[in-house]
Amino acid sequence: MKYLYYPGCSLKGTGRAYEESWLEVSKALGVELEEIEDWNCCGSTPYMGVDEVKSLALAGRNFALAERQGGMDIIAPCSACYLSLNKTNHVLNDYPELRAKVDSALGSAGLKYSGRIKVRHPLDVILNDVGVDKVKKLVKKPLGLKLAAYYGCQITRPYSDFDDPVRPVSMDKLMEAAGAKPVPYSMKTKCCGGSITGTVPEAALELACSLLKEAVKRGADAMVTPCPLCQFNLDGYQDRISKKYGKTEMPVLYFTQALGLAFGISPEKLGINRCLASAEKILEISR
Amino acid sequence: MRIEEKVKRESRRDPEFARWVRSVAGGEDIRRCIQCGACSSACQLSSYMDYTPRRIINLAREGFKKEVLGSFTIWLCASCYACRAQCPKEIKITDIMYALKRRAIREGTYPARFPTAVMAKEFANMIFSRGRVTENYLVTMLFLKTNWFKFLGMSRLGLGLLRAGRMSFFPDSVKNRSEIKTILNAVDGK
Repeated sequence: MKYLYYPGCSLKGTGRAYEESWLEVSKALGVELEEIEDWNCCGSTPYMGVDEVKSLALAGRNFALAERQGGMDIIAPCSACYLSLNKTNHVLNDYPELRAKVDSALGSAGLKYSGRIKVRHPLDVILNDVGVDKVKKLVKKPLGLKLAAYYGCQITRPYSDFDDPVRPVSMDKLMEAAGAKPVPYSMKTKCCGGSITGTVPEAALELACSLLKEAVKRGADAMVTPCPLCQFNLDGYQDRISKKYGKTEMPVLYFTQALGLAFGISPEKLGINRCLASAEKILEISR
Repeated sequence: MRIEEKVKRESRRDPEFARWVRSVAGGEDIRRCIQCGACSSACQLSSYMDYTPRRIINLAREGFKKEVLGSFTIWLCASCYACRAQCPKEIKITDIMYALKRRAIREGTYPARFPTAVMAKEFANMIFSRGRVTENYLVTMLFLKTNWFKFLGMSRLGLGLLRAGRMSFFPDSVKNRSEIKTILNAVDGK
């Protein structure tokens, strides 16, 4: 199984533990990845609020490069990248006048995109291409933890075709296969505040806080997430949330880190030490 | 306190603006809205907004340009698409919010120094020059241009990120920077 890999900016920055653990896990699963040569930012959430055609053209350049590299399915682990790239495909298909503008912008740099490359998420690939049976076979150290699977927003809606937009189950299934016990978590797809935690923290921190408190209330030992921004908001701001809204202790891991631990991969290789919150609880988990 | 009429009068509508809203990608179905409020109840941030999403949609389709483009609402939208997933009329509310943000930036009508708008612009600038975004640089720019005092309050988080090896010491960049500039300039007809 060979795919093109689009890491995106966060996986090279504050979310590098996601990349580290994803690469380890994909290797173990036999998912072959080839990084898109000289990829650029997908446009993410903010750019669409500045310029529509430029935002689509930025995503378009990545597709054009991907097509040159063989045009296999692209795997985009970051939720914002997954959404921006998928959105571009949809918009290019639905709005011919925008498509013409994007084509001409790409054309000025000698690039071309057919509009046909599929964008996939690791959860989709692991469940539907690799299969749960293979995951189960690779488990050497069943997790034995109670986990709150938190999906966040942008991989579940509006373009996801592998799971439900409000009550997704893919990550719960995967964590079960890794020997964990997913707790019922009603806030699975509630917004974590996104980049508003950075710009208007007085509003958005409360959102991240309620996600953490719900996980505590459900008796979870840790939360798992497939998104670098969710991880950042829940983990990085946990200290500030504790000060403002009362002490909260909740390790927040990428689902790939949890999967890697179950596969017996060492915590260092999975970037476990890059988590900021509840360090001691995390050490306990990864033992 | 300034006395202001709280009722929106029809005479203050801007029909041209209403037409524009219907013409943007995602705005074509706005007239289907039945004002049920499913969007506002799905929105995690609506309790902080000056106009809830339901009201913004109503104001936008009627053409109350000043209220809509000057609102905090559009800059509190985190683009989580919860409204769109719940809308019984399948209106692309998030895309409409994006279109309103773009227009507010173009016309300079967003609340002065409001951080979300400033960040969006800085984000675009960084991509124009480097093709990629380095988060810690972006955050630094944001605080310098809005409220540098708040930046000091971030030092603990910064230190934590530094210790965990999650900071980037050099801004990331694509190799072919001129290609990015060519593409983006072409959109502007340059």
